[in-house]
Amino acid sequence: MTNRIDILFNELSLNNETAVIPFVPISWPSPNQTEEIVEEALNAGAHAIELGVPFSDPLADGATNQLAYQEALKNGANMQELFKIVNNLRNKNVNKPIIAFSYFNPIHSYGLKNFASKAKEVGLDGVIVVDLPPEESEMFSKLCINNDLHQIFLLAPTSTDIRIRNVTEQASGFIYCVSVSGTTGVRENFSQDLIHFVEKIKQHTEVPIVIGFGISSKQHIEFVSKIANGAVVGSAFVESIRANQEGDQYRKITEFIQNLVEVNNE
Amino acid sequence: MVKKFPDQEGRFGEYGGKFVPETLMPALNDLEKEFNSAITNDAFNNELNYLLNTYVGRPTPLTYAKNLSKRIGCKIYLKREDLCHTGAHKINAALAQALLVKRMGKKRIVAETGAGQHGVATATACALLGIQAVIYMGSKDYERQKINVARMKLLGAKVEQVNSGSMTLKDAINEAIRDWVTNVDNTHYLIGSVVGPHPYPEMVRHFQSIIGDEVKEQIKEYEGKLPDYILACVGGGSNAMGIFYPFINEKDTNLIGIEAAGEGIDKSHAATLSAGTLGILHGAKSLVLQNQDGQIEEAHSISAGLDYPGVGPEHAWLKDTKRTTYFSVTDEQALAGVELLANTEGIIPALETAHAIGYLEELSKEIKSDSVLVLNVSGRGDKDMDIIAKRLNFFTN
Ligand SMILES: Cc1ncc(COP(=O)(O)O)c(C=O)c1O
Repeated sequence: MTNRIDILFNELSLNNETAVIPFVPISWPSPNQTEEIVEEALNAGAHAIELGVPFSDPLADGATNQLAYQEALKNGANMQELFKIVNNLRNKNVNKPIIAFSYFNPIHSYGLKNFASKAKEVGLDGVIVVDLPPEESEMFSKLCINNDLHQIFLLAPTSTDIRIRNVTEQASGFIYCVSVSGTTGVRENFSQDLIHFVEKIKQHTEVPIVIGFGISSKQHIEFVSKIANGAVVGSAFVESIRANQEGDQYRKITEFIQNLVEVNNE
Repeated sequence: MVKKFPDQEGRFGEYGGKFVPETLMPALNDLEKEFNSAITNDAFNNELNYLLNTYVGRPTPLTYAKNLSKRIGCKIYLKREDLCHTGAHKINAALAQALLVKRMGKKRIVAETGAGQHGVATATACALLGIQAVIYMGSKDYERQKINVARMKLLGAKVEQVNSGSMTLKDAINEAIRDWVTNVDNTHYLIGSVVGPHPYPEMVRHFQSIIGDEVKEQIKEYEGKLPDYILACVGGGSNAMGIFYPFINEKDTNLIGIEAAGEGIDKSHAATLSAGTLGILHGAKSLVLQNQDGQIEEAHSISAGLDYPGVGPEHAWLKDTKRTTYFSVTDEQALAGVELLANTEGIIPALETAHAIGYLEELSKEIKSDSVLVLNVSGRGDKDMDIIAKRLNFFTN
């Protein structure tokens, strides 16, 4: 077992803990800040980090991430930058899982083969391509497998039983369970349907389940801890960073993460 | 045996497919099933045909353009989609999809619009069939096609301005998809062109093919043979696919698509087939305008309906297989096209259509005098009168 994602979930399941995985676009809010944000969040107790490589037409994202992507693109965000950041973090002995999130076109444009081999070279552990369903990813999946890169597939509340079975059969690393039908963005509450949906997935697989879209508070993480193995905190983390750009922004990142991971001590 | 395109996966060669978030995959699979069952269902086809005949005004005429023919030096016929109810071909696919939605039991439709013609067509079909319509429109297009905004509102649709990105068609599609992802249980996304994930390119082509089917009948009556050339403008590519498709296996008919070269193909333009590269946008693999990092570039055209940095996957494939050819025409040439058709035939075309007309002069250099050409007049120009009047200086002393 070499992939850091597998190691993480193995450890967490022994201790019965829930993974907190913050999401932030690279090259944002300013061009060279990503490494510091990642280090700060991981030191504060985040279990892994999800790095967004922006796309000009992010149709699965809500307003918060759309705006951050636009700014990140102006700051020069691209695939080369992602790999440079991951490489630097690994050289600084950052050893927690790093997962890339993007849309298919930027990866396609970089070259699928180049992407997978570069990911292995720099030490990326997983990749989520939000608009690449299993039906379209045969070639990319093979390249990921050959390069010890987990391709994280998504399941949504609308997924049918057949799709749940197909996705769980191909799943590696973890399954990204989308909490609601909709785009990314902070939400107040989650419905009881989510519990049934996660139960349904669990009937098909032992692969860890991480819930994302809308997770923003400690209460949400508590809820997730009862039904799944981890949570991605996206727009809420992005909003927090945006709100605290003046003043001691790194202390605010630490506070934000510490509050969420406290769930594991209760 | 002739292979069927798209194939099972919704691909035209390497183009097409379904590149959408998981949330939408089940809806696309359902739609595919509903579409396939509807088009083989007599009751559905009868209702659609009844409405096309009595409401849309089909078949639309094929007009022999005597003066224009003389000017260009060949025999030119105009397929009069401008005479469809609401003023463009868009109603053919909008009405058909709205009927499908009624069959599926969904109560709400979202759509994107560039020129506003698809938005008006959708709002019209929804008013007729009692379905709630929400139309997304880039705020740049909202400004330049104001008359159509007013029409949509009068028809009872909600028009949402989109302020992200280039504030044009591309961004309206993003926003319509976001709405669809959020409300997929009760909402259908009514796409206005042969773009988007499978089954949309096939479905919109099917519903627009009535244009080419009619031309085939009409031209045989007038000329006793099939046309040598068919000319259509290409934005997403639906009016072109609609008139091309019934002629795909008629190898003696040259199929020519005209894109928008904007200010020039070396400057800002919307000529995706002529200058685009392989990429994935709005759920399909096709040619797109993009930079070296795979970020989509802003398109430019005087015509809102052609102002799009992508194109339907089937066109990309037809271009590769050399069945069709594509050229591009600048804003200036399109304006000259509007004047040419207005002056010679008394028909004011939409700025989109004007691109096809703008290519005639170039074509006249090689075309034989007994050649028969059919030009698809995809829409009428009322919506563009503000822009046309300004650009042609009608109100300055
Ligand atoms: C009159 C007219 N022609 C052409 C188009 C371009 O679309 P397509 O290429 O799908 O026919 C539009 C789009 O708005 C239109 O309104």
